Amino acid sequence: MKKIISVFALMMFTTSILIAQGYKIGDKVADFKLKNVDGKMVSLSDFSKSKGVILIFTCNHCPYAKAYEDRIINIHKKYEGLGYPVVAINPNNPEVQPEDSYDLMVARAKEKSYPFPYLFDEGQKVFPVFGAAKTPHVFLLNKKGKDIVVEYIGTIDDNYKDASMVKEKYLENAVDALLAGKMIALKETKAVGCGIKVKR
Amino acid sequence: MVLGRNIIFIIILIGCFASCNPDSHYQNIPITNFTGIEKWLNKQTDSVYVINFWATWCSPCVKEFPFFEQLASENINKKVKVLMINLDFPDQYDKRLIPFLKAQKSRLDVIMLDDPNQNSWISKVDSSWSGALPATLIYSKEKRTFFEKELTYNELNIAFKEHLINSNN
Repeated sequence: MKKIISVFALMMFTTSILIAQGYKIGDKVADFKLKNVDGKMVSLSDFSKSKGVILIFTCNHCPYAKAYEDRIINIHKKYEGLGYPVVAINPNNPEVQPEDSYDLMVARAKEKSYPFPYLFDEGQKVFPVFGAAKTPHVFLLNKKGKDIVVEYIGTIDDNYKDASMVKEKYLENAVDALLAGKMIALKETKAVGCGIKVKR
Repeated sequence: MVLGRNIIFIIILIGCFASCNPDSHYQNIPITNFTGIEKWLNKQTDSVYVINFWATWCSPCVKEFPFFEQLASENINKKVKVLMINLDFPDQYDKRLIPFLKAQKSRLDVIMLDDPNQNSWISKVDSSWSGALPATLIYSKEKRTFFEKELTYNELNIAFKEHLINSNN
């Protein structure tokens, strides 16, 4: 009996690995409910009046995430009124990366006066569904009728080091295309980031 | 004549500084854009190439760093090239990278990769790589293995051995 259970558990495990491939462009997104730094729960369905959501997996500790903090704040300020607010999610396990604990998220959000929700992926159930692999990792979500679909996956722009040296604002170009009713020219981009911290 | 002897002494002294000074290894860590490292990703020789992408701020990278040191030293008589491609921010070269290598007493070959247009080169390392650190590419003739995760020594060694057999090394 024990053997059967363990075989079954192994099957479940391998299935979950297969599922953990994550979303691709055009996929419908399942809603989630995560705790914000203000203690309230936040879901995608809370954004009923917006056209979509700029979902960004990010965190406190990662130097790349830090390099983009101010840019993420500016993107939110620019696009919230146009229907695309930022929602940030910290996907890391604080037992592995103590700087990314809920309490320190609250502290960082306060220091930087985050104007957007900064959610904690407690139990790390949401990031594998999206297929997020690192911080920062952007998923631009857009409403199509009743569905929310993924329109863009990747990075924010082409220069993490220096915002003033950016030549291509990949994410902003994608949001601008949606706002203009045009095709997004570059739907997927890559950048170096901090691998999401999970227990081995 | 005295001058001549002095010159010889100075030459010997300089020569010794270059080779006898253990710190000299750390003074020659190159900084390059992607073009500078691309040649290391597609060599067609009978060696095994182990290429690790890492940074000092990346805790799993720091954890697995000694495994690459161990792999290199255990296979010193084999045709293997271990190359550590560092992705610290360039302003951390003196503050973090060099002190880290000294503290590790590392003898590995390290190159700092400074090429902010990352979307242009990440897929050239491996099409499956998201850009997350750490990442490791092991290759030999006509065989490539890519890991986007932290490796144990065992995992690293097993993958390396497969390539060693593949390359008749």
